[in-house]
Amino acid sequence: MIGDFAVLLVAAVLVNNFVLVQFLGLCPFMGVSNKLDTAIGMSAATTFVLTLASVCSFLTYRYLLEPLDLTYLRTLSFILVIAVVVQFTEMVVRKTSPLLHRVLGVYLPLITTNCAVLGVALLNINQAHNFMESLIYGLGAALGFSLVLVLFAAMRERLVVADVPEPFQGAAIGMITAGLASLAFMGFAGLV
Amino acid sequence: MLDVIASNPILLALAALVGMAILFGALLGYAAVRFEVEGNPLSDQINAILPQTQCGQCGYPGCRPYAEAIAEGDAINKCPPGGEDTIQSLANLLDVEPEPLNAEHGIEAEPTVAYIREAECIGCTKCIQACPVDAILGAAKLMHTVIADECTGCDLCVEPCPVDCIDMLPRKSGIQHWYWPLPDGASRDHLIATDRDAEQVAA
Repeated sequence: MIGDFAVLLVAAVLVNNFVLVQFLGLCPFMGVSNKLDTAIGMSAATTFVLTLASVCSFLTYRYLLEPLDLTYLRTLSFILVIAVVVQFTEMVVRKTSPLLHRVLGVYLPLITTNCAVLGVALLNINQAHNFMESLIYGLGAALGFSLVLVLFAAMRERLVVADVPEPFQGAAIGMITAGLASLAFMGFAGLV
Repeated sequence: MLDVIASNPILLALAALVGMAILFGALLGYAAVRFEVEGNPLSDQINAILPQTQCGQCGYPGCRPYAEAIAEGDAINKCPPGGEDTIQSLANLLDVEPEPLNAEHGIEAEPTVAYIREAECIGCTKCIQACPVDAILGAAKLMHTVIADECTGCDLCVEPCPVDCIDMLPRKSGIQHWYWPLPDGASRDHLIATDRDAEQVAA
């Protein structure tokens, strides 16, 4: 049982990494990876939201859409659920913990439109995960996202002081680096 | 009624979505009231428009206090460094009529950058203490210099200088002088305006 969860977690973090293997959530990956600090903030916020949204959309699916035979509404309802979860979390965090809000605050609304969040919710359904599996899968996806985001931000911080040929400066070298990182992650294929 | 809805898949789908929307809307509406946070978000938006020169020409000790004062209803035409553009943006944000700049607080000048003639600098550190944005580098009895990128052109360092070695030079702008921003950290060589690379600032 625990072993199954571990396999699922490793698969989500490394083998089917959401950013570098499944190419979901690329906009924050390129957009928020200029500084290590912001990347860490974004990672923490995404981990939080992804896990929560994964569970909430699973519950919506299992206890609302399935009994009513409305499973074709899943994409629409998941978007709704994710938006509400994020918005609600932001309000609660702002009130209860101003410090945490200062760290996560600006990123939370951004995550609403992160396609990785919707991707996890839909993949949970496709792969017929149960409650615990959804939770683990959401967490694994988030950890994988955080891992590559932080790694990539650390690389880009070094890249800006590197002697990059003029035509490759800025976003171009970022894209190339992302492609190489993606190639590296292909090496995990077949691990589990 | 319920039977009709349950037997018709379109009505059922509609009912389910509308039900969810109402439920979530109510939840968020409740949360907005229950978890309301004090503080005026308007002053943040106003502060983002102000030029952040921290020059104090508006009569407030910096841009943030002036932004809060505007949010409370102060006039929007007290910022000479921002000039016409800032007044226009503020008028758009607050949905009020733009007014001409209040001459009491100063006139709109072209953007400038401070430049220290290093041969004449005696290293008194008075300008360093005056600089609101810490754009002047130097130490006692060593010559000082201005970080051109950080300088907001607020003039506050000119008056304290005992040997009058600080000039306010026009900051070049317009399409002729626009260049791609360098990546962070790559421009260290050109960060400081010095005599040796005078044409960068002066010419």
